[in-house]
Parts: sequence; C-alpha cells; structure tokens
Amino acid sequence: MMRNGLRISAKSRVSRFENMMEIVFALSAWTAIISVALITAYIFMAGLPPILKIGIPEFMFGIRWNPTAEEPQFGIFPMILASLLGMAGATAIGVPVGLFTAIALAMLAPKRPAAFLRGCIELLSGIPSVVYGFFGLTVIVPFIRIRLGSPTGTSLLAMIVILSFMILPIIVSLSEAALRAVPREYMEGALALGASRIEAIFKVIIPAAKSGIMTSVVLGMGRAIGETMAVIMVCGNIARIPRSLLDTVSPMTATIAKDMSYAGPFHQAALFGIGVVLFLFIIVLNIVLNVVVQRSVAGKQGGP
Amino acid sequence: MNAKRKAKDLVLTVLIWMFSLISAAFLLWMLAIVLSHGLAGISLDFLIGEYNLYRGKNGILPMIVGTLLLIVLTLAVAVPVGVFAAIYLTEYARQGWGVRVIRLATESLSGIPSIIYGLFGYIFFKNTLRLGFSVLSGALTLSIMVLPLVVRATEEALKSVDKSYREASLALGASRLYTVLRVVLPCALPGILSGVILSMGRIIGETAAVIFTAGTVPKIPHVGRLLTSSVRTLSVHLYMVALEEADFTSAFATAAILIGIVAVLNWTAKRIARRMMRR
Repeated sequence: MMRNGLRISAKSRVSRFENMMEIVFALSAWTAIISVALITAYIFMAGLPPILKIGIPEFMFGIRWNPTAEEPQFGIFPMILASLLGMAGATAIGVPVGLFTAIALAMLAPKRPAAFLRGCIELLSGIPSVVYGFFGLTVIVPFIRIRLGSPTGTSLLAMIVILSFMILPIIVSLSEAALRAVPREYMEGALALGASRIEAIFKVIIPAAKSGIMTSVVLGMGRAIGETMAVIMVCGNIARIPRSLLDTVSPMTATIAKDMSYAGPFHQAALFGIGVVLFLFIIVLNIVLNVVVQRSVAGKQGGP
Repeated sequence: MNAKRKAKDLVLTVLIWMFSLISAAFLLWMLAIVLSHGLAGISLDFLIGEYNLYRGKNGILPMIVGTLLLIVLTLAVAVPVGVFAAIYLTEYARQGWGVRVIRLATESLSGIPSIIYGLFGYIFFKNTLRLGFSVLSGALTLSIMVLPLVVRATEEALKSVDKSYREASLALGASRLYTVLRVVLPCALPGILSGVILSMGRIIGETAAVIFTAGTVPKIPHVGRLLTSSVRTLSVHLYMVALEEADFTSAFATAAILIGIVAVLNWTAKRIARRMMRR
C-alpha cells in the first residue's frame, strides 16, 4: 500500500514537471515569432514617422541626401538605386559563376578536385564580410583606381565585384543540392536518347532543378542587398546617382552604418527610415522566395 | 554528333571549368593576400597586448576577450532557446498552422540583414531596455540572429534519430520528456554541435549588428561589469583600424586571425559531420 501511494505521488510530480517543460518548449518556439514581431514593430515605429514627416515622395524619390546641411535634404533615391544596381550586378556575375561551379561539383568533377573546390566554397561562406571588404579595399579598389582610371577606385564596380563573390557560396551550395536532387533516370534517359552529357545537363537537369536554383538566386539577392560591412569599405559612400560603373555610390545599408556614428536626432530617425525601406525590399524578396518554394513543393507533388 | 553541337558542348565545358576555377581562385587570391600581409604582423605582443593608440600599442587581447564574452553569452541564450524550440517543433507540436507560423518566423529571421538587427538592437536593447552599449545588448541581438541556425540544425538532428529509439523508450515505460531528453537528444548531439559551431562563426564574423549594440570600446571590461561594459570584437576591430585609423598592418593581421579562426571552425564542423555520416 505504502509503496503504491509513493509511486502515485511521484508520478504526479513527474507529470507536472512534464507539463511545465512542454510549456517551456512551446514558449521557446514562440520566441522566433515574438522576435520578428518586435523587430518589425520597432523598425517601423522608429522609421515611419520621419518618412511621413519628410513626405514619402521626397524621401523615396528625392535625389539629394544632405542631412547635415542648414536646410537638410533627405532624398534616398540614389541609395535605393545603388542597392538595386549592386544586387543586379552581383546576381549577373554571381549566378552564372555559382551555377556553373555547382554543375562542376554535382555532375562533372572527379572526387578529389570536387572535394577541394567544395572546401574552397565552404571557407568562402565562412569568411566574415569585413574581411571581404578589407580585401576589396586593399586589392580591388587600388586595381580599379590604377588600371581603370577611376579617381578614388571606390566605386559601384568594386561593390559589385565583392558582392558577386559574397553570394557565390549560397548559389553554389543550394544549386548543387538542387542538381543532385534530380533523379538519376533523367540523366540516363537523356543520354539514352542521344544527348551528350553537357546537353543533358543544360536541357534536362537544370530545368528539372529550376526551383531550387531560383531559391538560391533569391537568397543570394537578399544577401547582396542586405550586405553592409563589405560594401561600406569599397563603395565610396557618396550618395549620388552613378553615371558609370566607376562612380562612387552609397547603398542603403552603407549609408545607415556610416551615418549612425555621428547622426543627430532627426538624421538618425531618417536612417531608421532607410531601414524601413530596406526592410520592405527584404519582405518583397521573402514573398518571392515563398512563392518559388511553394511552387517547387507543388511541382514535386504533381510530378513523377 | 554534328560539328555545331560539338562546338556548343566544348564552349559550355570550358565555361564550367573556367567559372569553377574563378570561384576557387578568388578564395586562394584572398587567402594569399591576407595571409602574406597579415602573418608578418602577428606577434606575441600583438596577440596578448593591450590596445592603446597614444602609447602606440596595437595588441588585440581586449578584442579577443570581447569576442569570447559575446560568443559565450550569445550561445548561453540562443542554444537553450533554439534547442527547446526545435524539440517543440519536432517532438511535441501537432503539425498545423501554429507550427507553420513558427517555421515562417524562423525563416524570416534568417533573411533579415545584419544592419537591421543592428538598428533593432540599438533602439530596443540599448535604448528602450536601457542596456546601453554593452555585452548584454550585443549578445541579445546576436542570439536572435543565430536562433534560426540553432533551431534548423537541432531540428535536422532530431529528425535523423530513428523512430524506433523513441518507440523503444516509450514502450519501456519512459515518459515523453524522459525519452526526448535522455534518448533522443543525446543521439542528436553532434548535429546540435554543428549548429553551435555555425553560430560561433556567425557571431565572430558579424560586424554591423555588433557595432551598434556592443559598441567599439577596445578595453578588457572590469570583472564586476562584464555584462554591462561595451566591448569591441575582432571583426569590429578590423573595420575600425582599416577605415577609421587606416592602420593596415593591424588590419591585415586581424583579418588573418579571423580567417584562421573560421578555418578551424570549418574543419571542426566537417569532422563532426563526417562522424555523423559514419554512424
């Protein structure tokens, strides 16, 4: 009797602990939701009022950024343009280079070179963005200044070059996974029909892996538009509309980081306003990403 | 195969190998430049010396201490929360809209750029919660940032534990919690560890989110104020000496050390992964 009673009370204590831990687990899982909500709320609370005060068209499409002038001007169009140009340029270089590297890794390279190449890509993805920026500052920027005759070397071109290599690891690793996920029969079928290996890759495997590759591209674009520290060291930080690849620029991220250290109250609020615009771009990219992923899930369910 | 098809094949093959070569060459180029300039600047004085511009001392010990403090505190917050969240998602939650929203939020966190984290940490932890520029502000900001990494790694690891382990444990009369903590979690440990290493790499490499939360003070914090002092991490230091002070010798040496740390972390993560594969 006695032993039985003890067991029951011990059990109820255990189950109370069990329930408590389940609540702790659930709360931990909710942390992500709470964090997203807090980040969104605080960025918008700090950034939206200055945008409204300046006026949405003046802020978004104004081409002059003179926050410290006697009559300050807060137009961020040159920054939006610089961010988009940087993103587009990095995508234009990084995607083909990354995709072709992924093809080599997934389809063509012998074991040892593939392992070496994969090691390089992994290390590339781990190297801090300031190191990229510093490399850009000490190697790419002087090269552009001396060889291409840009007055300072810090330029849109330098930014695009650095960003291209920064998004490479994402493109390579996700595209490689997508290419590998294509069933072997696709390749075999194509070869049996008389296609060469390369033709099979480009006409059969890549179309079949399209959604995975697209995901890597969108993630790479997000990385490029959000990158700060690598860009700030090579872009020149002058917010003007660039007339050529050799002109200095200042994308949204770099302006925020550069100006935060000395900004007065309203200037700082305006920087949060830039944060809001950047955030909106990221949200749009996220929605695009979700559509791409959803389509790939649907495609897989409907496919063979 | 006709000549045209053959030529096309050849061009594409050449492009594939050329682009692969470019990918590897860029890394090797960066390594060569940074290491050749950086290793010369690394000495014992540099590694364990103090930093004082006026006395001409460029040691990075304060930055090493600051980086370590930030890593320890960030992981102390993010690892339990992340692991618990992953346990909830894989072992407890019924798959429905709740789980879908949590997954979506976790994915969204990993897509937010670090400068936004910096702005958020600045206004929320530093200003609203009055934590100031401090290790605490920095670590809390970073722990949100690395949370997706920990959750995803733990989830993958938990999912890879065979169902029969859980069934056997439950059949022996163990409770659900006991099964999760004593049977499933230990099996998932290597996977969780690789998530932790990934997070460490992210913390060490982060600059934009740290500079506006943990600040830039290049001093070892007083023992009594470890959490409330501002510190400077190695990455922030590289940015400061390269751009604000134009001291390229220190900058190259710091960059070389950062690359070294990343390489070691990479190698460790790989070994863990290989071990997991063997099992």
